[in-house]
This record gives sequence, structure tokens and C-alpha cells, in this order.
Amino acid sequence: MIDPVRIPSALLPRLFRVVENCPELSDVSTLAILPVDGTLDAGRPGQFNMLYAFGVGEIAISISGNPSDNSALLHTIRNVGAVSGALCALREGATLGLRGPFGTPWPLTDQTGRDLLFIAGGLGLAPLRSAILQALAMRSAFRSISLLVGARSPSQILYPAQLADWAGGGALRLSLTVDRAIPGWTGMVGVVTTRLERALEGCDPANVSALVCGPEVMMRHCCLALEDMGVPSSAQWISMERNMKCATGSCGHCQFGPDFVCRDGPVFRWDRIAERLRIREI
Amino acid sequence: MAESYFLTDPRRLLEDWLSAGWRVIAPLLRDDALVPDILHDPDALPRGYTDQQAPGRYRLVPGDSERWFDAVVGPQGWKRWLHPPERKLWSARRGETGFEVTPDTEDWPATIFFGVRPCDLAAIARQAEVFRRAGDPAYTTRLAATRIVAVNCGRSAETCFCASMQTGPGARSAHDLALTEIEGGLLVEIGSKDGTAMLEGRALPTATPAQVQQAALRIEAAATSQPRAMPAKIAKRLQEVPDDPHWEEIASRCLHCANCTAVCPTCFCTDVTDRTSLDGKTAERWQRWDSCFSLDFSFLNGGPVRSSTAARYRQWMTHKLSSWHEQFGSSGCTGCGRCITWCPAGIDLVAEAGALAKGE
Amino acid sequence: MKTQSIAELLSEHSILGRFDTDSIEMLAGCARNLHFGAGEMIQREGEPAALVHVLRTGDVAIEISAAHIAPTVVETVHGGDILGWGWLIPPYRTMFDARAMTEVSCVALDAACLRGKCDADPMLGYQLFKYWLPHLAARFRAQRLQVADLYGRDDD
Repeated sequence: MIDPVRIPSALLPRLFRVVENCPELSDVSTLAILPVDGTLDAGRPGQFNMLYAFGVGEIAISISGNPSDNSALLHTIRNVGAVSGALCALREGATLGLRGPFGTPWPLTDQTGRDLLFIAGGLGLAPLRSAILQALAMRSAFRSISLLVGARSPSQILYPAQLADWAGGGALRLSLTVDRAIPGWTGMVGVVTTRLERALEGCDPANVSALVCGPEVMMRHCCLALEDMGVPSSAQWISMERNMKCATGSCGHCQFGPDFVCRDGPVFRWDRIAERLRIREI
Repeated sequence: MAESYFLTDPRRLLEDWLSAGWRVIAPLLRDDALVPDILHDPDALPRGYTDQQAPGRYRLVPGDSERWFDAVVGPQGWKRWLHPPERKLWSARRGETGFEVTPDTEDWPATIFFGVRPCDLAAIARQAEVFRRAGDPAYTTRLAATRIVAVNCGRSAETCFCASMQTGPGARSAHDLALTEIEGGLLVEIGSKDGTAMLEGRALPTATPAQVQQAALRIEAAATSQPRAMPAKIAKRLQEVPDDPHWEEIASRCLHCANCTAVCPTCFCTDVTDRTSLDGKTAERWQRWDSCFSLDFSFLNGGPVRSSTAARYRQWMTHKLSSWHEQFGSSGCTGCGRCITWCPAGIDLVAEAGALAKGE
Repeated sequence: MKTQSIAELLSEHSILGRFDTDSIEMLAGCARNLHFGAGEMIQREGEPAALVHVLRTGDVAIEISAAHIAPTVVETVHGGDILGWGWLIPPYRTMFDARAMTEVSCVALDAACLRGKCDADPMLGYQLFKYWLPHLAARFRAQRLQVADLYGRDDD
């Protein structure tokens, strides 16, 4: 005979406390959070955490803060449902649960000497911000850094002050473009793909590494356009979004062909998934 | 050659194990089907049944009154025990300064699975691999405290296709003991050191070479009697046909009821939800089986990724027969045939695979 | 400062610069230099499309306006682009307002002159088709994506 065994608990969150809830857009907030006990794992740019709102549920939110800053974890959240709404409503001092970090990071450390091109569409700037901050911190490792940001309208541009800061300091080359502008907007109007040629000016396309995050259609069109311009398909990465529940590759929800987006992604090299992205409802 | 013994009546072993304090789970008679459940009395072991299975049809019927194991797989495998339909993960209580989390644990007694068919042995190994890779120790912890007595199939149902999946009808995956029904009793084969220990104190006669050969012939006959065979190159083929119009044709019959995923012994998908008390002070986190046939399964802000039935059927079948290889190093199908039997529309996985493999 | 000939300016342009030298000389015969200050209208909806604006430097906003709404910028075009296509397609009418957002320098080709030369010399017409159409197609594709309104929520 053998002894009975105890089945361990699973998917247990750590408790975190909100240090600050900073409104970004009308429906977007950034939570700065710290663990109630123990040390902070800042994760790597591109990874995500599972955030739990008491009694409501859990969702995947990417890491948006500076990876070398241990003073707090930053998560930028758009209020689109019950859980994200509850998280956006958390005030300073409130508790939330966290599991993570999970997933694959942006491959920044492998890009030495290259021309980095970040392309963000809409809220896609949130998962890229920590990568941009990391790139700026190791600025001399790259030949150049460009950032192309597309948004629906000028009022929907995320982190405007930080963008102005980056562009003003000359640390990176910034292009902003919106789908629709109102009088007074002096920037560009048009989708991000129309700005790619300009963003590549002064770079050898073969030396460009593109890190793209935004709506799936936008990423697809950007990567195809970059390929046409001579940027190798093996030097482009995108961050995928799927329904994530367990974040450990066992609940099955985030499957994207043979990949679990939570474990094999969210950051994928473009040439590995380009074919699959053409399949509808995959 | 492995040691083999002869046993006239399986109830003798069950008596030994029950009196030693083991929890024994065996296929028992439940709602006109054979369903693995806790056995308290060796005489409750069903005898003299066989089954009729066909697309959308299952009947348990009287058979040879002397035989124990002619009725093969019922609607449920062993998944219900190792990967329960519902599991409380943890609970949380709201206090003055936020909330606190309490882990939830349960005890799993020393257990014997009695009568596990080879296809289900394979299914157990494949699910164990899923949870091992995910780092969720619950499944493997239960499995490690479970002894497995396999039953090799001397008869196949019409829906069985394990031979083409290389999982049966003789046991191929890990087990402790394996039984094969032969003339006048059972051939007992030892599959592990634990299996040897399970026979301690009961001096069984060594099986004769004729008995061993008879068992092998019966298993072989069960294999050759299977009318269905999965196309050999289906894994690669499914990668090539995501846009095949046949998916729409299947969808015109599929009710997306999720029966196939519920009865499938390898389907592992789950959802996690909160259950809160009315006063809002406590919340429990529950994991429960989910199905890729539900609309919510692939929900993203804006709607489901797979809104059409065709896409959901394609996801299920492609995952099971193709992507599983890339994810876990084997097929996700063990050839048990349950998805064919228990589909209310009688959709036949093997026939659909054959249709999609045509034109290759 | 060295003064460049119109042909030299055209040969530096990302689209027209791809035409052969003889064709550029032909185009130059229809061309003149134009400058617009920031805020100045370059073309207006409904006007005859008499000029082809080959943008050299500066940013131009394509606008739609109506009595009850503020003018909406639906697209911007920039140095290296060619503004509009009404000049090639009957009845040769401008369909949108175009306003200089910054100082704009361009080479303006007389549309009737250009069409006449294309009719007389199909090689010139073919080069126009070959080099200008891809530019137009890229803008058209981008507009389709813009219509798809990818970035999400309708709250502004």
C-alpha cells in the first residue's frame, strides 16, 4: 500500500498593491504596482503578467515599465470588459493578484549594431514601451532607433508626453501618424504602412530589425510591406494576442496553430508565423 | 519474455486489494453504460456484457455470460478522475486592507485503476505530458499514487481504431499489470515493479506457452477486426488543407455540442472562473473543463477568433491529429472512437480525416 | 545658391526621377516651380484639375469639409509624393481640398500639356503608368486599411 498524497493548489497568484493609478486615455489607465511581500520580478520587455481583480477574474496584461526600474511594475490597461474595467478602477492602496511574468521577450539583446525600428499601432505601444526603454538604455549598441506610432486620432495617442520627450532628446527618430485628424493637428494622417519608407530612410533595409505591435491586420500589412522594402522576414517580430487563461500552456485557449501564445509567444518571429496568419479564424 | 500468470477470477485480486485498503476504480454499470467508478464489492464488477457502438450509437447488451471484458470503452475514460471536470484552485477573502488568498488542496488516496484499456493507457500518458510541460503537478501527483491494471482488448467495437494509432489493442503505454481474457480465465502480465508487489501473497500459477499464445492471437484478432483506420499521413495533411471546403461540409452537420471534447480521453482544455458569495466578501477560483467548440473559448476583445463552426471543428481536429505532435511529441488521438460513438450527429472522425486526406 | 533647372528637380524626385532623361526633358516642358506657405490652399474641391503637383518638400493635408463639421484631414502627402489624380481622369476635376501644412515646394505640371504629350508619345504615357501607378496603389491600399479602423474604440 502507498500513502495518500496531497494535491497541490495551482494557478495561485501573488498579492500586489496599487501604488498609483495613472489615467492615460479616456478608457486607458496605467497601474503601478508592488508586491505586498517579497521581491519584484520586473520581467523582460515583451512578457506579460496575469492580473487578478478580486471576485471578477484574471487577464493577461503586458509589461509596460522600465525593465531596470524596480520601484514598481507598470501595466497599461484598456477598459474593455469586466476584468479590465475592475482593474482600471483600482485606486491607490487596493490589492490585486498577479501571476507571472510569462511568455517570450522582444529579442533586443540579439540586435547589436542594427537599425531598430519599433512600430506601434494604438495600444500596441504599451507592450513596446519597456523594449524602447531598454533599447534607449543601451543606445550605443544600435546603429539607430526609430519609432513609428499609429493611432486612430490625435487624442488616442498613448504616452504623448513620453513620446515628446524621446523625440525631443534626439534619442530616437519618431513619426506619428493618425487615421483621422482634426484641425490643429500638424502631424501626418495615414496608416503606419505609408510611413515605412520614410522610417527606413538612411538605413540599409538588410540591417533593419523591426519590432511590431498593434492590431493583427496592421502587423501583417507592416511586415509584408517591410519585406517588400528588403527588411529580412527573419528580422521582424510581432506580438500576438489571444485569449489567455492559464498562461502555462494547459488551458488550450490561446492556441494559434501549434503554438500556445502564452508560452511560445506572445513575441513571435514574423517568418515563423507569416503563413499561418493568412488562415482565417485560426 | 515477461512473467505471465494465469488467473481464473479477477475478483480474487480485487478482494486482496480492497482488504489491503486500496481505493479501486473500475468500469461499473451506470445508466446503461460502463463508467469508471469506485468499486466497493468485487461482485459489482460487471460480467457478461458486450457493447454495440456505431456513429451516434451506444448500447450495452448481454453477451457471453462467462466473460468479463467484452464490452470495451464507455462514454468516459479515466480523465474524470485524474483531471476532474471541476477543481477548486484557491479562495480569496476580502479583509480590511485588501484580500487574502488561501490555497486549496485535496487528498488522493492510494488508488488502483482496474480495467484500463490500451487506448486509455495511451490517453493517460498523453495528458500527463500536457500537464508535465505546463508545470501543473496535480495530474502527475494523482497518477504517481495510482496503480494501473490494464485490460488488453480481445474484442474491438466497430468504432475502435487503436490499431492504426499504434496504441492498442494490446497495452503499449505504462501500466503495472495487464490482463487478457482467455479460455477459462485471464492471462496476467507484470508491467512494473509495483505490479509485482500488487501480486504479493497470491501465488498464481505460471501461464502455459499455449495460454500466452492464445492471448496474443486474441489481441491480434481484435486489431484486424477494426473496420476503421486513420490515414497514416493525416498530421502533415491537415497542415495543408485549412481552406478545404470540406470543413464547411462537416460544419453543416456539426451541432457544436462539444460532446466529442467531453468524451475524448485526451482533451484537456479548461476555463477558470470566479464564484463569489452574495455579500461579495469571498471569492473562489474554479477550474472546469472547457471546449474549443464553445464560442467563448477563443474570445478576444471584439469577439471570438473562431466564430464559425467550420473553424472550430478544424481547430479541434487539427489540434488533435496534427498540432499535438508539434506540441507534445505524439498524436492527441488514441483511437478510442468515443468521439464517433457519442456524436449526436454521427460525425465520424476517421471518415472526415479520410475525406480531407483525399486528393493528397 | 546654385539654381537647378526644372529637369534637374524632376530627376531628383522619387517617382519622376525614374523616367528616362528624354522623358524628363519632355515633362519639364510642361512644368513650372511653385511654392506655398503654411496654411495656403493648393487645390479646392470642384475646381478643374489643371495642374499636377509633384511635391518636392513639405507636407500637404487632404481635407474634407462641410457646413456643420470642422474640416477633417483624411490623409497627408509629403515631399516625394504626387498630389491627386483628377488631372488624368475625365472630367479632370479636383475632388478634395489640399492645404499646405508647412512650406511646400513643388513642380507643377500643366495637366493638359502632359496629357497631350502622353498621347503623342506612348513611351512617356507608359512610364507614367509604370512609375506613378504603384505610388497610387500604395496610397489606395493604405486608405483601405484606414477604413478598417483597426485601432479600436469609438469614443472620440
